Amino acid sequence: MPFKIIASQCTSCSACEPLCPNDAISEKRGSFVIEAAKCTECVGHFDEPQCVAACPVDNTCVVDTSLPRYQAPA
Amino acid sequence: MNAVVGRGKYVKAAVDGGKMKPAAEYKGCRASANTGQASCGSQAGPGDLPIEIWEKVKNHPCYSEEAHHHYARMHVAVAPACNIQCNYCNRKYDCANESRPGVVSEKLTPEQALRKVLAVATTIPQMTVLGIAGPGDPLANPAKTFKTFELVAKAAPDIKLCLSTNGLALPDHIDTIAGSKIDHVTITINMVDPEIGAKIYPWIFFNHKRYTGIDAARILTDRQLQGLEMLSERGILCKVNSVMIPNINDDHLVEVNKAVKSRGAFLHNIMPLISAPEHGTVFGLNGQRGPTAWELKALQDACEGEIKMMRHCRQCRADAVGLLGEDRSAEFTTDQLMKMDVQYDLEMRKGYQDGVEDERAAKVAAAQKELTEFAGEMSAITLLVAVATKGSGLINEHFGHAKEFQVYELSTSGAKFVGHRRVDVYCQGGYGEEDRLYAIMGGIHDCHAVFVSKIGGCPKSNLIKAGIEPVDQYAHEFIEKSAIAWFKSYLDKVKRGEIQHEQRGDAAIRQGSRISAA
Repeated sequence: MPFKIIASQCTSCSACEPLCPNDAISEKRGSFVIEAAKCTECVGHFDEPQCVAACPVDNTCVVDTSLPRYQAPA
Repeated sequence: MNAVVGRGKYVKAAVDGGKMKPAAEYKGCRASANTGQASCGSQAGPGDLPIEIWEKVKNHPCYSEEAHHHYARMHVAVAPACNIQCNYCNRKYDCANESRPGVVSEKLTPEQALRKVLAVATTIPQMTVLGIAGPGDPLANPAKTFKTFELVAKAAPDIKLCLSTNGLALPDHIDTIAGSKIDHVTITINMVDPEIGAKIYPWIFFNHKRYTGIDAARILTDRQLQGLEMLSERGILCKVNSVMIPNINDDHLVEVNKAVKSRGAFLHNIMPLISAPEHGTVFGLNGQRGPTAWELKALQDACEGEIKMMRHCRQCRADAVGLLGEDRSAEFTTDQLMKMDVQYDLEMRKGYQDGVEDERAAKVAAAQKELTEFAGEMSAITLLVAVATKGSGLINEHFGHAKEFQVYELSTSGAKFVGHRRVDVYCQGGYGEEDRLYAIMGGIHDCHAVFVSKIGGCPKSNLIKAGIEPVDQYAHEFIEKSAIAWFKSYLDKVKRGEIQHEQRGDAAIRQGSRISAA
């Protein structure tokens, strides 16, 4: 459940939103946020997390270390 | 002005003998072998372009230099996302005081954009073109972009639609573009060689992956050229923009010019790099300089040939509104739009534009008449003059109020628009600013004269000292006609030995690119 967006760095450009395969990203108060429960780290969808690959600001979509890493259903 | 380091071949070409001439090895792309026509930039009148193209561009300020004196355009910022990163770009979404692509005051939804278009169309009836240029890439936001076009096409059918893209996603959307009312597309192509591209583009996002370095540049150039070919096949007019980055792609842009010409682009717009540290771009921060006025002109002249060169681009913001060179976007913020009563009146717009057409015809006729008096006159002298104008093809701006000067090259064959120089307004609160005057003079240093509607005593004497003749006797007259008349008297004085004709030096292209408070 692990990617999050650092709100203070997000420019709200919207690049990540349509790319998320789980529709986990939405805009809230001038910044985009990732709904942790929906994030699958793009496992099984793509080789790399789409939000990270598309974000124009380095180190803004980052792993949320306060949560356990996503486990693909066995 | 930045220090000129590592002078490239364009500088040399420009400085040799103090004359503007392209380097000899580029003769190949100057002569118009197939058409046999004397090309004069994108100043095309109908005689200079196939008639069907002229019909499409004659009222499009970004596609016709002649039209840009009379018609306005607007951009709506509905496309904030981008699929590539350029080293000269840093997008800002809430910025009121920088003027460059990638900057806007506020992002809009397609519905807000429509409201803004209708409000501007009513307030500025000479606004004929709506473009979507970002601030990101329109085709990285296809849903918002095409929704906006669809709404506007329905509500304001007379407005031309165009979009400006980096080309990466262009092949994917070509059928949607062809199926909509979009009849003009601009692609920004800065290289056709991935080695060079890697110095301009740190990464692209393509096919669900981020690519970097040469791989990224190779994919980008392939997609751009493929997109351009597809547009040409479908008969959609395509302009190519290129950013001139000294010592990175300046020489290479001649190759780019050939590549886009052979694939059917009809206009090539080479723009100077804007790179001030405060913009926060990679090039701005690492001290990459932009070209000087001479370097830019030498490259444009070297590429001049069958494909027209655009020299009147103002590198405007992704939410610009108004004539090129003026920006009225501050009048149309969302708050203000809410207060406006928006009624789309096609008849009123048509009536107004008929008046504009009469004005254009009168301007052309006046210049022709002046030119016939030149017939038979031969002189090798060519020189540049600067003009302060508010539009309509007239010398109608006070020296102290000018936000920019338009530059014309004069010769016995007439007056040709060759560029513009943005400046900080000299008069602030009724007083002239001394240091601004020197900056303005640096910006038009290569001009022999400056045409104004009015000018105060202090700047007048300073200009004369700097060897730039202030000319106010043609106030509120047509630009070309006045410039030709002045040039004729200049040549007469040279002939009579009253004055000695001298070449002038280079001029700086302003990097600050901030919007001055009006």
